[in-house]
Amino acid sequence: MARALITMPATAKKGEVIEIRTLIAHPMETGYRRGDEGSVLPRNLIRRFSCVYDGETVFSAELFAAVAANPLISFSTVAAASGTLTFSWDGDNGFAQTERVAITVT
Amino acid sequence: MKRLAAGAFGALVVVALAWAAEGAPGTPASGVVGEAGRSASAPGADPRRSGFDSMTAELRAMQQDDASNPGMLWVKDGEALWNRVDGAAAKACASCHGDATSAMRGVAARYPAFDSVASRPFTLGQRIDACRVRHQQAAPYGAESEARLALEAYVAFQSRGQPIAPQSDPRLAPARASGEQLYRQRIGQLDLACVQCHDERAGQRLAGSTIPQAHPTGYPIYRLEWQGVGSLQRRLRGCMSGVRAEPYPYDAQELVEIEAYLAQRAAGLKIETPAVRP
Repeated sequence: MARALITMPATAKKGEVIEIRTLIAHPMETGYRRGDEGSVLPRNLIRRFSCVYDGETVFSAELFAAVAANPLISFSTVAAASGTLTFSWDGDNGFAQTERVAITVT
Repeated sequence: MKRLAAGAFGALVVVALAWAAEGAPGTPASGVVGEAGRSASAPGADPRRSGFDSMTAELRAMQQDDASNPGMLWVKDGEALWNRVDGAAAKACASCHGDATSAMRGVAARYPAFDSVASRPFTLGQRIDACRVRHQQAAPYGAESEARLALEAYVAFQSRGQPIAPQSDPRLAPARASGEQLYRQRIGQLDLACVQCHDERAGQRLAGSTIPQAHPTGYPIYRLEWQGVGSLQRRLRGCMSGVRAEPYPYDAQELVEIEAYLAQRAAGLKIETPAVRP
């Protein structure tokens, strides 16, 4: 089950700095560990996270094996105009999840 | 005269040391239990502490903020499962129980509870699986499965902030008694009983970690070491392997009995589900 939690204000004043926090369920398996039977557990990582605000990428990150499971990514952006923020996580084994959250800017 | 002054100074030092040992007023007890912890608190105050109190400020903040508590992912999952129709009876949990936020409030605080049909005590997880078999006519999720943990977290989340309130059901008494016996029984190659660490040495250190008083306030918990959510039984089994004993299998009667005893031991402490622990 792919699940994500996104915490951000639903409304903001124009020009205000808003804080956005995203949490996603993912094992972030490094590919270096061995399982109970001794075989190497295949790598399963989120490789890239990005946040697009009205067609413009406002934040993106590359993730590697050192990132813990269920990564929390927190960042801020400037509320420019009412619109939609699109959050996407892409990773190994074709992992792709997209969430959209609307914001009203006054 | 000189000797008298020295004596007075000595007395002062003793007073200062005593004050230091009591701990400065206003500072948290930092999970210290034992005799020192008791003397630091007001007379009659509850010496019991949740493991929450001995965590770092960062971890406490992580638990308290639902936006950064990864356990909330399981709670969210559990909410979806609560409303999902499943099994031959084509029922969801919500079909019988309705809205969990009201129907399940305070329910987790009562578990383990006696199940009349099976005529033995059940943990919340066992109760969920029993409900699946009896009412949804679906396959049980199985102990420690992600789905059961998610539902357990969702149900227990509805009791967050409420005191643990074990039932006064006399049918639970034998389970609690044998749970206490298991808690006090030395096991494994290290020949250690739960009581030796979690009562007699709580607040002291086991390598780098503070030994908690072992009150099950926040289960199922998100444990950083596990990188995921796990049940109280997983925690108990972890301790058993730690003392090099053969752990009881999941849902074994012995583990349920220890849970029943621990719930009574922690009666009145507030539920924190989903708690975060190192």
